[in-house]
Amino acid sequence: MRTVYVDNNATTQVAPEVFEVMKPFFHDLYGNPSSMHFKGGEVQKTSVEAREKVADLIGASPDEIVFTSCGTEGDNAAIRGTLENYPGKRHIISTRVEHPAVWTLCKYLEKRGYRVTMLSVDREGRLDLDELRAAISDNTALVSIMYANNETGVTFPIEEIGQIVKSRGIPFHTDGVQAVGKIPLDMKRITVDMLSFSGHKVHAPKGIGVLYIRRGTKFSPLLIGGHQEKGRRGGTENIPYIVGLGKACQLAARHLEEENNRVRFMRDKLEQGLLERIPDTLVNGDREHRLPNTVSLSFEYVEGESILLLLSNLGICASSGSACTSGSLEPSHVLRAMGIPFTAAHGSIRFSLSIYNTEEDIDYILEQLPPIIEKLRDISPFWRDYIKASSKQ
Amino acid sequence: MWDYTEKVKDHFVNPRNVGEIDDPDGIGEVGSLACGDALRLSFKLDEDRRINDVKFKTFGCASAIASSSALTELVKGKTLEQAEKITNNDIAKYLGGLPEEKMHCSVMGREALAAAIANCRGEEREKEEFEIVCNCFGISDREIERAVKENNLHTVEQVTHYTKAGGGCEGCHPKIRDIIAKVWGEKEETPVLAKPAKGKKLTNIQRMRLIEETLEREIKPALRQDGGDLELIDIEGSRVIVALRGTCSFCPSADFTLKQYVEAKLKEFVTDDITVEVEE
Repeated sequence: MRTVYVDNNATTQVAPEVFEVMKPFFHDLYGNPSSMHFKGGEVQKTSVEAREKVADLIGASPDEIVFTSCGTEGDNAAIRGTLENYPGKRHIISTRVEHPAVWTLCKYLEKRGYRVTMLSVDREGRLDLDELRAAISDNTALVSIMYANNETGVTFPIEEIGQIVKSRGIPFHTDGVQAVGKIPLDMKRITVDMLSFSGHKVHAPKGIGVLYIRRGTKFSPLLIGGHQEKGRRGGTENIPYIVGLGKACQLAARHLEEENNRVRFMRDKLEQGLLERIPDTLVNGDREHRLPNTVSLSFEYVEGESILLLLSNLGICASSGSACTSGSLEPSHVLRAMGIPFTAAHGSIRFSLSIYNTEEDIDYILEQLPPIIEKLRDISPFWRDYIKASSKQ
Repeated sequence: MWDYTEKVKDHFVNPRNVGEIDDPDGIGEVGSLACGDALRLSFKLDEDRRINDVKFKTFGCASAIASSSALTELVKGKTLEQAEKITNNDIAKYLGGLPEEKMHCSVMGREALAAAIANCRGEEREKEEFEIVCNCFGISDREIERAVKENNLHTVEQVTHYTKAGGGCEGCHPKIRDIIAKVWGEKEETPVLAKPAKGKKLTNIQRMRLIEETLEREIKPALRQDGGDLELIDIEGSRVIVALRGTCSFCPSADFTLKQYVEAKLKEFVTDDITVEVEE
C-alpha cells in the first residue's frame, strides 16, 4: 500500500543523510568528549561543528546553544530556570493556544501559587497585542509565547512581541518547535531571550532538542550535574544525536527556500482542492500568517477519528483536533480557544507536509478524502438535518 | 492509536443498517454535536411486535459507529421485552471488547435503545426525578448511577470512561465520588479491608475474614478477566491453601501469578507473613 505521510508537525522521518553521519558514533567514535585521551578528542571536534550548524540555522552563536533531550525539556528548562532567578515575581504570561509542554506547566505553576495570564486569541487564532501590553506588570517574571502553533500553523508576531516585552525588561521565551526549519529565524534580529526546539520535527531523530539562551540571560539549570553545556545542562552529551541534529539543521537551512516555495505550493493545492471538492469545509487559522507546511481543515458534521482511521486504511497519515483521538473527551484546546464551533472542532483534520512529499501525494489525498467525508456524512444524523434545513431556506 | 478489535474495525468500515426508517414505531436520539457523539436509532415492529427493521445514524468516532452497528444487529428479531434487557456490556462483548476509554460508546447505544423503546410505548423518558451532575456533557445522576451499578465501577476515571461525566472541567468529580459511595454504600462502610495499624495483632477470625475479602474483592475479579479463577480451600495460620480453577488450572505461568500476584496482594492487605500454596 502507498504511504502518504502528512503528519510532519507530529514527527518527521530521519533524513537519510542524517542517519548516515550518525552511524560511526555508535561503534568507532564512542568516546566521551570530556575525556582527555584521543577517543574523547575525536568526538569533541565533531560536536563543536554540529553546534555551529545548529547555531547557524537560527542566527545564534554556538555558545548560546544548549542541547536538551526534547522540546518539552527545553520549555521546562526555560520557564523554570527563569522563575528561579526571580523569586520575588509571581506572574507569568502565556497564551491559551500553547503546546501542552508550556500549557500544562503553566497550569501546574498556577496550582503552586503563580498567577498566570493566558492571552486569548481571535477566531483566526491571532493575539491582541494590546492585551499583552495590559497584562504586563511589575510582578511579571516571564513571558512565554509560541512562535508557531502546532495545530493550525498560525505564526505569532514574535519580533513585535519581543520588543514589547523587552521594553519592560522582562525575560521572553518562545516555543519554536514548529517554526524552526520551516521559516527563517534570526536571533540576531529579534529580541528573544530563549527559544526551544526539537530535533525530530526537522528530520533528526527523537531524543534531542535545543534550548537557545541569549548571552547574558539569567538562567538556572534544570539538570544539575557535570559541567556539560557550560553548566547549563548536566549529563553526558548525546553525541550521535547532536551530530545528527547538526546535519539536520544544515539541511534545513539549505531547504528553507524549497520549504517556502514547493511545500507551500503543495499545501495550497491541497487546501484549495479540498475546499473545492468538499462542501461545508472550513480552514482553521489565519491564512496570511501561517507556516508554509500546515493546514487545519474542519469538515462539518463528521468526527475526526473516523476520518483519520479511514484515511489510515488508505495509507494516509494525518492528525485531528477531535476529542476522540486524544483520549480526552473534549476537542483541542487550541480550536476551542479560537471559538471554532463544536460542529467543526470535532471534525478537524491537520495536514502537515514536508519536503519529502510530492504532488502525487497531494493528488492521492484529493482523490481519496472526498468519498470518505461523503460516507461519514451519510452515516451522521446531523448531515441530513442540516441539508433539509438549508434546502427549506 | 487505539487498539480496536477486528470486529470493531469491520463494523466501522462496513456498518450494518445505516439509515433512518420513515414512519418508525420507535425512535430514540441521544448525544449531541457538542458532546462529540450522537446516535439516532429507529425501528419498526412486525405483527408479532418483534423488531423487524432497525436503522441507525451516528456522529462519532470509529467505536461509536461500530457500537451502533452492533446494536442494530443485536436487537433485530427481538421483542421489546427482550431488547430492553440488552446492556452496554452486550454491545461491547459482541464487538470482542472496546478500549475502556471508549466504553461510553456502548453506553450511548444502550441509552438510545432505551429511548427508542420508551418512545414506542408512548412513555415519557426519564419520568423519575433527575439532576444534571456533569454540565459539560449533560449527564444526570441517574445515568451515572446506572452505569456504576451495571458495570461495577468504583472510580471517577471509570465513570468518565463509561459515561463521559467528569471528562470536561472536572468540577463534578466530588459529586461523582458521592454517587459511587452511595451506590456501594453498604460495602464501602464496612472497613473490612482496612489493614490494622502496625503492631496491632489480628484475631484469627479477623484474619480469615480479611483473607476472604481480599480474595473476593481484589484478586478473583482480576483473574476472571483472563478466564481464570481460584477457590479458597483452607487457612492454616499464615498458610493460605487454594485450588486453581478455569484457565489458571492449566496455565504455565500459574505459579508466577500465585506468588507475584495472589500472595503479594494478600501480603499487602492482610499480613506480611502470608504464603499461598496450591492444594495437593
